[in-house]
Amino acid sequence: MTAPAVPVGTPGSATAPGSATAPGSGPTPGRGADHPLRRDLRAIRIVLHRELIRFVNDRTRMIASLFQPLLFLFVLGTGLSGLVADSGGMDMRTYMFAGVIALSSLFTALFSAVTIVWDREFGFLREMLVAPVRRAAIVIGKCLGGTVVATFQGLVILAMAGLAGVPYVPELILVLLGETLLLSFALTAFGMVAAVRMKATQSFMTLVQMFTMPMFFLSGAVFPLANLPTWLDVLTKVNPLSYAVDPMRRAVFDHLTVPPGSGATFTQGITWGGWQVPVWLELSIVAVTGIGLLGLAIGQLRRSD
Amino acid sequence: MAGTAVSRRRETGTTSSDGAVPAVAVHGLAKRYGDVEAVRGIDLAVLPGETFGFLGPNGAGKSTTINMLCTLIRPTAGTATVAGYDVVTERDRVRQQIGLVFQDSTLDNYLTAERNLRFHAELYGMPRASVPDRLRRMLEIVGLWERRRGLVGTFSGGMKRRLEIARGLLHEPRVLFLDEPTVGLDPQTRTSIWAYINELKRTERTTIFMTTHYMDEAEFCDRIAIIDHGRIVVVDTPEALKASVGDDRVRINTDDDGRAVAALRERFGVEAAVRDGAVDFAVPAGAQFVPRLFAELGVPIRAVTVAQPSLDDVFLAYTGSTIREAEASATDDLRRLAHRGR
Repeated sequence: MTAPAVPVGTPGSATAPGSATAPGSGPTPGRGADHPLRRDLRAIRIVLHRELIRFVNDRTRMIASLFQPLLFLFVLGTGLSGLVADSGGMDMRTYMFAGVIALSSLFTALFSAVTIVWDREFGFLREMLVAPVRRAAIVIGKCLGGTVVATFQGLVILAMAGLAGVPYVPELILVLLGETLLLSFALTAFGMVAAVRMKATQSFMTLVQMFTMPMFFLSGAVFPLANLPTWLDVLTKVNPLSYAVDPMRRAVFDHLTVPPGSGATFTQGITWGGWQVPVWLELSIVAVTGIGLLGLAIGQLRRSD
Repeated sequence: MAGTAVSRRRETGTTSSDGAVPAVAVHGLAKRYGDVEAVRGIDLAVLPGETFGFLGPNGAGKSTTINMLCTLIRPTAGTATVAGYDVVTERDRVRQQIGLVFQDSTLDNYLTAERNLRFHAELYGMPRASVPDRLRRMLEIVGLWERRRGLVGTFSGGMKRRLEIARGLLHEPRVLFLDEPTVGLDPQTRTSIWAYINELKRTERTTIFMTTHYMDEAEFCDRIAIIDHGRIVVVDTPEALKASVGDDRVRINTDDDGRAVAALRERFGVEAAVRDGAVDFAVPAGAQFVPRLFAELGVPIRAVTVAQPSLDDVFLAYTGSTIREAEASATDDLRRLAHRGR
């Protein structure tokens, strides 16, 4: 690919300029001899690595993004349970468990995306943008970093499954973890699209505020999606988050005996004109949305300076 | 194509003899933002191993030019090659061959000095085996090896700048771009940064392309281009530029400044003016002029200073204003650009 570069200032060769013409003297690291793909993979790895270092060093962020989901699960969930107790005996904490994992993913993923705005504000993004690597590598690295961090946060919620009446069945936990990973990836990609061209953290935060709560409420995380008025029904079905929450909840209910009477409303998944959308299709929708958003984010970073 | 360029480079090595492939070659380079012509068609060639200074007030087009050479912005006209590679069509190859130190910090404050450099080494695909030695060497040269485990956020402005210079040279670039390397630093720190840069020049023999608006820093350059309103006004060595301005500045304190000015005009045909409480004028070969002055002026002289022209005078002679005046008159737009960040 690249012709071997000529050493100009190799260490230890501080001799007279004339002697620099002597070939093969001194160590000459093969600059640019890497295969471009390997080069990009290294870039992805180091960008991802940095995200993890930054996350581990920032405990406030770790705790802050767990706070709201737990609030929803134990405060709202407990409160609502009392309300719906008469109509079937469904524990709302169990119902909301899947949604709460999604919410924690959502917060963490968007927090991860905001780091690219910080990087821009504090100048570090420039260090990455002037490097001889593809911009896709930077976005993918950041996105994978966000995914790992958000999945880790999901794992913390998963560890509390028992408190929400969700049984600790290894295969259930594994399925939920896999689904969390997929969701975290899609949400980080979503955050990146919003963040990649933002110049100020503040504008990003405003945008995030605008999106997170509607997406959360319209995903079936807090209330069942069955029997909704048409306008609300349409909104929930175009919301990609719905297709991530539903498979998780179905997985939870597969391992539970649902109290008779409440079952139909609570366990009915997403339907398109009466047709039950299968889990594989739901997960495919999430994956395709994630990949599409990732592509969009890469395109946007390419176009920025 | 690239292969021939490389072999030509190998023949000429780093000597700045005739026929060397220029480290930077620019032809008719221009950049226009809407109606504003930031750079209006410039030509220049920087030889390998040279330290080349780009001198001009804020808003003259220095940063725009450097950004085009670093492949960060695309020129609207003209061509430029860096280390033999075209800045538009061979962008990644150019990037591999250059090191950059910007006006504003591009370090990660939440990582240690060492981690910042390791990140850079990975991004530039440095051979892993060579990284530890090179990293240590660069940190030692800029005097930060002992602080390598310190978080960059705790570093002073001067330390950060030194770390950026070390990082810029880590991957052994052929050309190091320094955009106002000492802007915003106190005089003492500026001096120490220059001590480090000069040390690196000696040991690394990298071509340095720098911009500055400090005249005293331009003295460190092998050659200087003066840029004003997007055009290169003149390119030469600092000595030649000063010689081209010619006259030395003489300042005398006399008992009667008015009579002294009149006498200078009548007897020597020299136009003098009273500035800052002293009679100020320019003559060729000022040192030889002084004995005649004492003998023939006819007004008692209390003190004499003879100064050779400074680069300030050169700038004044070529652009018609001092660099400070030029900066004050820079358009609001460009000033805002220059002041962005810290």
